[in-house]
Amino acid sequence: MIPHPSSRLVQRRPATEPAFVRWILISIAVLFLALFLVVPLVAVFAQAFSKGIGYYLHTLANPATLSAIKLTCIAAGISVPLNCVFGVAAAWAIAKFDFPGKNFLITLIDLPFCVSPVIAGFIFILVFGAQGWFGPWLLNHGIHIIFAVPGIVLATIFVTFPFVARELIPLMQSQGRSEEEAARTLGASGWQTFWRVTLPNIKWGLLYGVILCNARAMGEFGAVSAIGGHQDSTNTMTLYVQALYENYDLTGAFAVASVLTFVAVLTIVLKAWVERKGTPLDNKTTSA
Amino acid sequence: MSLSRQRKVLPGFRLTLGFTLFYLGLIVLIPLAATFAKTTTLSWPQFWHAVASPVTLAAYRLSFGASLCAALVNAVFGLLVAWVLVRYQFWGKKIMDGLVDLPFALPTAVAGITLATLYAQNGWIGRWLAPLGITVAYTRIGVFVALTFIGLPFVVRTLQPVLEDFDPELEEAAASLGANRLKTFYRVILPMIFPALSTGFALAFARALGEYGSVVFISSNLPFRTQIVPVLIMNKLEQFDYAGATALAMVMLAVSFLLLLAINWLQWWGTRHSERT
Repeated sequence: MIPHPSSRLVQRRPATEPAFVRWILISIAVLFLALFLVVPLVAVFAQAFSKGIGYYLHTLANPATLSAIKLTCIAAGISVPLNCVFGVAAAWAIAKFDFPGKNFLITLIDLPFCVSPVIAGFIFILVFGAQGWFGPWLLNHGIHIIFAVPGIVLATIFVTFPFVARELIPLMQSQGRSEEEAARTLGASGWQTFWRVTLPNIKWGLLYGVILCNARAMGEFGAVSAIGGHQDSTNTMTLYVQALYENYDLTGAFAVASVLTFVAVLTIVLKAWVERKGTPLDNKTTSA
Repeated sequence: MSLSRQRKVLPGFRLTLGFTLFYLGLIVLIPLAATFAKTTTLSWPQFWHAVASPVTLAAYRLSFGASLCAALVNAVFGLLVAWVLVRYQFWGKKIMDGLVDLPFALPTAVAGITLATLYAQNGWIGRWLAPLGITVAYTRIGVFVALTFIGLPFVVRTLQPVLEDFDPELEEAAASLGANRLKTFYRVILPMIFPALSTGFALAFARALGEYGSVVFISSNLPFRTQIVPVLIMNKLEQFDYAGATALAMVMLAVSFLLLLAINWLQWWGTRHSERT
């Protein structure tokens, strides 16, 4: 008799767990994330400043550090714009037109995500190395690609290849082509349609892709390690971290690592900001 | 309808597809083709020696085993984290949500030296584990810890949108039919999110299998004991054994491609799954 009304009462409440279960689940999740994410994050900065701010600034002002920072910026500065142009072109072709083999093309674009970074560096050695397809020709003309800066840039382009395209393809597919068609019918040229209709619609998605692409470009390690050949002239920031670490300059390694960690944290903050900015815009375009 | 005629209104098909194929060919397809071409120049015994020698087999075992364990741990804790982030309100939730992306954003080399320092005998975490007789740094457990770290965001980020779209009426229906929360979870919620959970698991596994940067620092990289396949490929590269490196790279590329197809299939399954309900 008594269970009857009370079970009806339970029905009216939204289905959720008892408070103590929720509390336990939240605690486990927070503990897990604290152990795996917060502790390492704090440790980077604690180690970097363990010999005081003087040593920290001394490491960062070192010419070797500055040259590593410069090379990292060069690699990211070339690979991000190129992959950005590619991402927009690929998304335009895939989202606005129908053609056979589209899904296969999307799979091919995703491929660099699944390739081990070490292999990503290695395949360029096979193409441009002394025994590779273009190796002898390059050698005769005195052009150095592998174990040199162009190789670092190529490997970075490869590993960051899908980032912008991956963000834009589903976004532009969901937006359809009616707005662009309307612009064209009203007399806009192709470029005008792109700059005034498409680009404003995809700007947050594009920015999101660029942020992720840049983070990976600056942080790439395996691919540039394989193709860099462990020389001072091809040290990016991550490779220089390794060089310092292996020379037992732990504090120095963490000082350079702290700069990369700062970039990572900045990436997360920017990403969250773009997500907040971009969401209402997406809703507006899909409901329109 | 006039859709097919309207479509021709939009320009740039040849330009954008042409550029896409050109760039894809230059950056991805030609280098991969070179790897295939190089593989065909190897003799069978050469190829076989590289991909099936005892050292390589030990590296496969560690790579696949540790990646599998790491992806499983990430599936369990990733589900828990995604659930807590979507369903509950608590202080610091936004920060926690953002932090989940840290393994994506943090360079693997930084993760590697940090984890190695934390889990060393005298490190912040290692000193608590040492009295228990657990050594993490420079052992296989270290490999597992690094792979768990880098795979952490995948399950959470794949599950979050699915849990957000989840229709609460289904749970209420289950509750009104007399199921308790645990039963509702196992019989209603888990089957619904299973495709997304599998996708996240496969993504974490694929990422772990190719990982190099974080593992190379926390592992001692000893052949037969703590050497994973990407480190073995790097060793062969440093010794200019390009034939051996090519053969191993070929095997890993084939595995990656199969995983990619599996992930695409899982995602397709997931969309069909959610459309049907």
